[in-house]
Amino acid sequence: MLETLASAPVLPSTRRTLLDARDLHAWYGESHILHGMTFTIPEGEVVTLLGRNGAGKTTTMRSIMGLLRKREGSLVYDGTETVGLPPNRIARLGIGYVPEERGIFASLNVRENLELPPVVKPGGLTTAEVYELFPRLLERKGSQGTKLSGGEQQMLAIARILRTGAKLLLLDEPTEGLAPVIVQQIGEIIRTLRAKGFTVLLVEQNFRFAATVADRHYVVEHGRVVDAILNEDVPANTAKLQEYLGV
Amino acid sequence: MFELIGIPPQALFGQLMLGLINGAFYALLSLGLAVIFGLLNVINFTHGAQYMMGAFVAWMLLNWVGVPYWGALIIAPVLVGAFGIVLERLFLSRLYHLDHLYGLLLTFGLALILEGLFRSQFGSSGLPYGNPLPGGTNLGFMFLPWYRAWVVGFSLFVCLATWFVIERTKLGSYLRAATERPDLVQAFGVNVPRMITLTYGFGVGLAALAGVLAAPAYQVSPTMGSNLIIIVFAVVVIGGMGSILGSVITGFGLGIVEGLTKVFYPEASATVIFVVMAIVLLVRPAGLFGTAK
Repeated sequence: MLETLASAPVLPSTRRTLLDARDLHAWYGESHILHGMTFTIPEGEVVTLLGRNGAGKTTTMRSIMGLLRKREGSLVYDGTETVGLPPNRIARLGIGYVPEERGIFASLNVRENLELPPVVKPGGLTTAEVYELFPRLLERKGSQGTKLSGGEQQMLAIARILRTGAKLLLLDEPTEGLAPVIVQQIGEIIRTLRAKGFTVLLVEQNFRFAATVADRHYVVEHGRVVDAILNEDVPANTAKLQEYLGV
Repeated sequence: MFELIGIPPQALFGQLMLGLINGAFYALLSLGLAVIFGLLNVINFTHGAQYMMGAFVAWMLLNWVGVPYWGALIIAPVLVGAFGIVLERLFLSRLYHLDHLYGLLLTFGLALILEGLFRSQFGSSGLPYGNPLPGGTNLGFMFLPWYRAWVVGFSLFVCLATWFVIERTKLGSYLRAATERPDLVQAFGVNVPRMITLTYGFGVGLAALAGVLAAPAYQVSPTMGSNLIIIVFAVVVIGGMGSILGSVITGFGLGIVEGLTKVFYPEASATVIFVVMAIVLLVRPAGLFGTAK
């Protein structure tokens, strides 16, 4: 265990730490997926988890939300230990979650989907502000949620956690399967969110996209963080990243 | 008086009315089953026993405490619903991560236990419950007893109110969303386990409400639930699991179909619903209003 901690890559930050994961282990049923994830998310930054399929990125997201039955180690959010808390209590600390499959509800229309997540903290965007950021959702507010295009569903999945007052947003592969022009829009949205003071944890396979929005990157392999790279150091590390990601 | 294909209108409309009454019970019970199945993924075989308990609690309230029908209409569903909440917390909540079959076995066993307890306490011959709304009115083509009109009207109101809450309110949007993705709704900060418990209590309360409504119409007996519940499961299969409005429409519709069969071909009236079920399963396996998963 100590060895894992000692070998965890650390990057300096002048900002306050919002989420501190230390030696996090997680299981899906019997299979041990996370083997001691250690990383920190400084407040106000956009942080990515990069890695190949099956490296444990999505599992890390689900562990942060408390969606796995078995977790060990430590996950401190804003001074509160969250390992042992149920998902609803973790969400109420101020964490918003956009799952990989977007999680748009078929039995709810767009407006109901948008207004579903309860407000957990003061200071979230108003519904009007959300519609201003995503005018397309206003036009389609009466449509069934799953009738939207993939890009629109992704926008909706992000939009609905902006109202809740969550400060840390977990975005699991928001660009997956989307057309390049939509990917650009999502990048624009993430930069806007950063400017508004949100902290973002982003799971990505595409590091070229990640490099356009993020402050720092953690590389995940076999359920642990094996490298950490500040965004300004990405150009110097391109070859290494390509090897990590197998591209 | 006119006659329809050799059937006197008194008989036709009388049977239609009886069909509507039965349909009201089918609708209330299948609605509760649909709500419970949607959120808990449990096929609640205790539903018939909980309906029976509703009728018995009404009988006990009247004969032991002196609370009349109208009071029992509120108190019995609350008491039996609370009993359901205890069942959910103690037993059902431990089975959600297992196959449907375990919930079915558990609730079936509980139904047998409850029925046996009531039979040993009250015997199986049935107890009378006085009609709180005696009399009726002659509509010209048929005689309409007040109590039957009340049962049909009130059931319809309860079904539509439940539909409205689920389909048109914020609370209902939590319920619909949690039916699809309970984990995600909980990850948004909603206490889903508590919602599941209360939903089960509500579904059980609906069954008990049907039981109170049934007490004056039928006899109060330990087996009243098991006689009805098999038909109600057929109704649920025909309507399609998970559709709220579907279970209501199917419940009333099949009550009418059954009533009409009694008029035109009485021999088939006990089996007509199962014939319909077989046909629907062949043509639309997901049910008339259900969507295939």
